Amino acid sequence: MTQAGQMRKFALRDVDPDFIKELEASEFFGAFRGCYACGTCTAGCPVHRVNSSYNPLRIMRMLVFGMREELLKGEMIWLCSDCYTCQENCPMEVKITDIINHLKNLATRENNIPIGVSTQKKLLKDQGKIYIIDEFDNKKRSKVGLPSLPEMGEEAKRLLKVRQS
Amino acid sequence: MEKNPMKYALFLGCTIPARARNYELSARAVASRLGVELVDIEEFACCGFPLEASDETGCLLLGAMNLCLAEEKGLDICALCSACASMLTKTAYHLDHDRNLKRRVNTYLSGIGKQYEGPVKVKHFARVLLEDVGLERIKGVVKRDLMGLKAATHYGCHYLKPSYIYEGFDDPQDAQTLERILEAVGVENVQYRRKKDCCGGPVLLTDEEVALKVAEEKLRNVREVGADCMNLVCPFCSLMFDANQKGIEAKSGDEFNTPVLYLPQILGLAMGFDRKELGLNLNSVSTKELESTLEGKDSA
Repeated sequence: MTQAGQMRKFALRDVDPDFIKELEASEFFGAFRGCYACGTCTAGCPVHRVNSSYNPLRIMRMLVFGMREELLKGEMIWLCSDCYTCQENCPMEVKITDIINHLKNLATRENNIPIGVSTQKKLLKDQGKIYIIDEFDNKKRSKVGLPSLPEMGEEAKRLLKVRQS
Repeated sequence: MEKNPMKYALFLGCTIPARARNYELSARAVASRLGVELVDIEEFACCGFPLEASDETGCLLLGAMNLCLAEEKGLDICALCSACASMLTKTAYHLDHDRNLKRRVNTYLSGIGKQYEGPVKVKHFARVLLEDVGLERIKGVVKRDLMGLKAATHYGCHYLKPSYIYEGFDDPQDAQTLERILEAVGVENVQYRRKKDCCGGPVLLTDEEVALKVAEEKLRNVREVGADCMNLVCPFCSLMFDANQKGIEAKSGDEFNTPVLYLPQILGLAMGFDRKELGLNLNSVSTKELESTLEGKDSA
């Protein structure tokens, strides 16, 4: 992956001109063309500081250029910690974090999803919550005076099933 | 129907009942001492947050279902976890602002016999303490002076952000609310570098090394100013700074030994609860030294 600030060439043939139209039609992407590349997003990013290959400004520029493949097939978007620092700091009020979250959804549809994220997705479908509360958990809970809880989220499971059918 | 501002449906989410009983215990103890009634709703499930990145519709549906469960009981929601508070607030915000979206979501919800009418208000536990209980009432139940306890508050991200869903509650650029609560019980709030930074938690799923480095930087900045402990309000942040602290120390060769307390654990100490009532025995980094320092002050 390219380091921040480094110039990099890209071929016009790799760009998808329809991607930007698709994005602009979506409620998530309002105002992203207002980005004038000031770099405030990257300057405040806590992930960028420990791993400079993660760069929210780069993500915004890749969007503007329509670099669909690289965005949705790459690892970069999945390093976002969802902390909203970039979004809160953006002088043009671009909803950067919301946009990156939506990009993660688009990447998921292309089967680019980290194992940790897909595991949680499966757990919710099967259990309605991330952690099952088994008998042992409930024993530990009642020992300290906490109320017992059902093992799984049955209604949530039903809802996610209803949605699929 | 006018809702009672001192009565809420308690939203625990997934992580707290399984992995953060210390937070749950102390929050329930403090709430009860302050006259806040927390009602348990067994059917509450995941808030939807873990699906936001991979299935935004599913995420919205889970959030809406939880809102319905509170609405059926005529209650607003009090959440302990910042991710849950943020996700449910965001869901309510979108449903209450977008009639078409609400209609679409209700079509799915009708499949399990539910409808969301709204609005249902969602508040983080700390916000309930500040807005509904009030600092005066908190000061009124303090039994023991925490004067001199130096706490470094970590606000975390979702307690404050995205700000557009929180209608002006606190300011992510200069947050004050958690420290105002601590100040009310005599705690000294210490400031440290990069206080606004994330705990790194959400990156654990995709890149553990990056996540732990983000947390390590914060632990270093907190140690630099000589804080006695960290103060926080989210089980994911606690996982990063408390449960993972030993691992970070092993990797970096650095020693922090910084106790990490949940806000109601600190408040509970001021209210005179004992360590087990506050689940302090369940914290990863021992809080004993901090407790005995406080006891030393009591007898002095």
